[in-house]
Amino acid sequence: MKKHLLAATLALTTVTTSAVVAEEPKQGGTLVMAIQTTPRHLNPAVQSGTATGQPGTQLFASLLRYDDGWEPQPYLAESWEISEDELSVTINLVEGATFHDGKPITSEDVAFSIDTVKANHPFKSMFAPVTAVETPDATTAIIKLSEPHPALMLAMSSQLLSIIPKHVYGDGQDPKAHPQNSEGVVGSGPFKLVEFKRDQHIILERYDDYFMEGLPYLDKIVMRIVKDGAARTIALESGELMLSGFEQEPRDINRMKKKDTLDVSNAGYAAIGPVNWLAFNTQQGKTADPAVRKAIAYAVDRNFLIKAIMLGATQPALTGIHPGSPFYDGSVEPYDIDLDKANQILDDAGYAKGDDGMRFPLTVDFGWASAKPVAEYLKPQLKKVGIDITVRSSADFPTWAKRVSNHEFDITFDNVFNWGDPVIGVHRTYSSQNIKKGVIWSNTQQYSNARVDELMALAGATNDIEERKKYYAEFQQILADELPLYPLYPSPYHTISNTQVGNPPNSVWGTSHPLDRVYLK
Amino acid sequence: MSLTHTIAKRIGWGLLLLIGVLILNFTLISIAPGDIADSIAGDMGGADATVIEEIRERYGLNQPFYVQLWKYVSGVARLDLGFSYFYNTPVTQLILEKLPATLLLVFSSQILAIVLGTLLGVLAAKKPNGIVSLLVTFLSLFGFAAPVFWSGILLIIAFVSIFPLFPVGGMTDVTVEGGFFVQLLDLLHHLFLPMITLASIYLALYSRLARASMLEVLGADYIRTARAKGLPQRMVLYKHALKNALGPIVTVAGLQFSAVMSGAVVVETVFSWPGLGTLALQSILARDTPTIMGILFFSSFVVIVVNILTDITLRVIDPRIKAG
Repeated sequence: MKKHLLAATLALTTVTTSAVVAEEPKQGGTLVMAIQTTPRHLNPAVQSGTATGQPGTQLFASLLRYDDGWEPQPYLAESWEISEDELSVTINLVEGATFHDGKPITSEDVAFSIDTVKANHPFKSMFAPVTAVETPDATTAIIKLSEPHPALMLAMSSQLLSIIPKHVYGDGQDPKAHPQNSEGVVGSGPFKLVEFKRDQHIILERYDDYFMEGLPYLDKIVMRIVKDGAARTIALESGELMLSGFEQEPRDINRMKKKDTLDVSNAGYAAIGPVNWLAFNTQQGKTADPAVRKAIAYAVDRNFLIKAIMLGATQPALTGIHPGSPFYDGSVEPYDIDLDKANQILDDAGYAKGDDGMRFPLTVDFGWASAKPVAEYLKPQLKKVGIDITVRSSADFPTWAKRVSNHEFDITFDNVFNWGDPVIGVHRTYSSQNIKKGVIWSNTQQYSNARVDELMALAGATNDIEERKKYYAEFQQILADELPLYPLYPSPYHTISNTQVGNPPNSVWGTSHPLDRVYLK
Repeated sequence: MSLTHTIAKRIGWGLLLLIGVLILNFTLISIAPGDIADSIAGDMGGADATVIEEIRERYGLNQPFYVQLWKYVSGVARLDLGFSYFYNTPVTQLILEKLPATLLLVFSSQILAIVLGTLLGVLAAKKPNGIVSLLVTFLSLFGFAAPVFWSGILLIIAFVSIFPLFPVGGMTDVTVEGGFFVQLLDLLHHLFLPMITLASIYLALYSRLARASMLEVLGADYIRTARAKGLPQRMVLYKHALKNALGPIVTVAGLQFSAVMSGAVVVETVFSWPGLGTLALQSILARDTPTIMGILFFSSFVVIVVNILTDITLRVIDPRIKAG
């Protein structure tokens, strides 16, 4: 048996989720924080997205947790072992852990949770190779796999695998519509639910019998649902709110950076991995020609967009893998702006300029208001290389999603999340198996390359990280050359915390992470 | 035509209108491209094709339009407004949950606007060319011209950011502990800015109306007589003139009901006030058809009922009005 990590002692000795801790954490207090939208409900096992993830990771513990360096840490799993053939993972649960109703958390609950997530969660690739979960005793669960599955580790962390009680959610009702997803939630995490008022707040209180000794530090967390960014900024400045994650409005971020009472940090969020790009329709119209895509890449000034529109709040992303991921390859062709080269490529490809200086028209779509400036920028910019851009807005997200998922577009601004391991959130964009009409964030570019498919299969079937890096490097080089999409930058997610907040979360999952080590100074 | 006959006829027309509104709303919403499955997939950060198909199957979105329409209309006939896709809750329960907050905001702002507006109108009418009158006219124009989302944000900047006197939004502060009066104070503290914002448009309307109405009444013969009798100015203004000038204000206040409700949608959004407006916006963004339909149905129902009641009341108090 290959022992990857036996980390029982690490749990209590390493507080790696925080930066240098200068002072002793204090017990007690109420943290008032913001979340930006009302969650559909609070059970992340059957509902993805960060709206559910932020309260969900307080209510439910997962098997592992990740620190800011992408290292798995013990959580409900005290230790874990991967077999030599990589086809089974043995999970040893921490002794004495209980659900919020006092009943013990057992391997049966782990098996039930994995089955529930596998059957109901929208990300099917997370547990697809899981064939069975064996439960030889109450604290041991053995996950059996049909093939080696490196994404399993991240899939067992944060909001992706909430351990839910079988005796509550296994009562035969549809878990997606279970009444205890919103009220009377029976969780396994550091905080229990007191009240969930839609569009108003979620109140959580310390679970005294939480399995991690001495944690959580806070007595209570009040998550206020504040949709308006300006309102959150003012409330953070005035001290009405103490913490807010997933903040991404550059103007607000820069403004709050100037406030002495606030800490503004972009640490973390790499596992969420939100990357913005211009996606091309690779099968229809002029963008089906790789030369056109390359010319557009050379004509668009990524650094200008970062400086002028994102006000420097983010950094370039040269590939569809988040720059914070260990698999990111920054050595690919960056396509730095070169209008002469762009014009040359189009001339060579036979797209001559007409009398009006234009070669051909293209449409640029966008699906949400914050993307509009980028779409608008493309019109005058691509005119310089003779491409006549029409900017097409959509009334709302579903309208845009319908157009793009039915492949009725030339170029669209898009924002897609990596969701931890590339197997979960990256492969879906490029896999030729995933060209599915009507499904947003499938391979809507309709890109198909046998070698890319092969590389994804190879990288998704080994736990050897160096091997994986090698496969993903080649994968990114091919994509940078063929450009089914032109990556721009990650969403500038920031965590804003009052200086009175100790250990603000900075894990790779941002604030979708247990806040059990957060305290008030 | 007897009164009973009039009432029956009005209710009949009202029902027909409601059915028309239902069909029209449902059709319009269904015509729009995309559906809740796209919206839910968007919220979840993407979803597998089988999951999206399952959502459409579960909510009957892959059924023909007329089947969906029939199911919805027959559900409403049984007083079932459907199940919110987004909130995972029956729509009736959602509306009832949010209604008190909206009613509180609407009624408090209306009362404030009527009382203060009338008072300002009377003051302005006292000296039609005086400085007060000029000020009231200016305020009225400002109130009319300034959109509530803008004036709301200005108030937030002034009284939350620069002078932190009020909370930035919400209806209560759950960290405030105390008895009934402490909670009530906290509620009023939160209510103040949204109430002022929503009242500002109507304050303009009522002060203009009161001013014009008072000016008209003040020119009447009986006021001249009252003055000739030697009654003091205050008596003339508040006892004799105002009483008669109130008529148009009361009528307009009744008719403004639907307008105030729609104004509340914007104000609630600016101040994160957890009422029907916030619910409406969230449902529209999420393309939560049953909830949007439920809110539209509910507001149409209220407007139709208020109109029927107005018609009947007028018929009762003024026999000269014949039901048409």
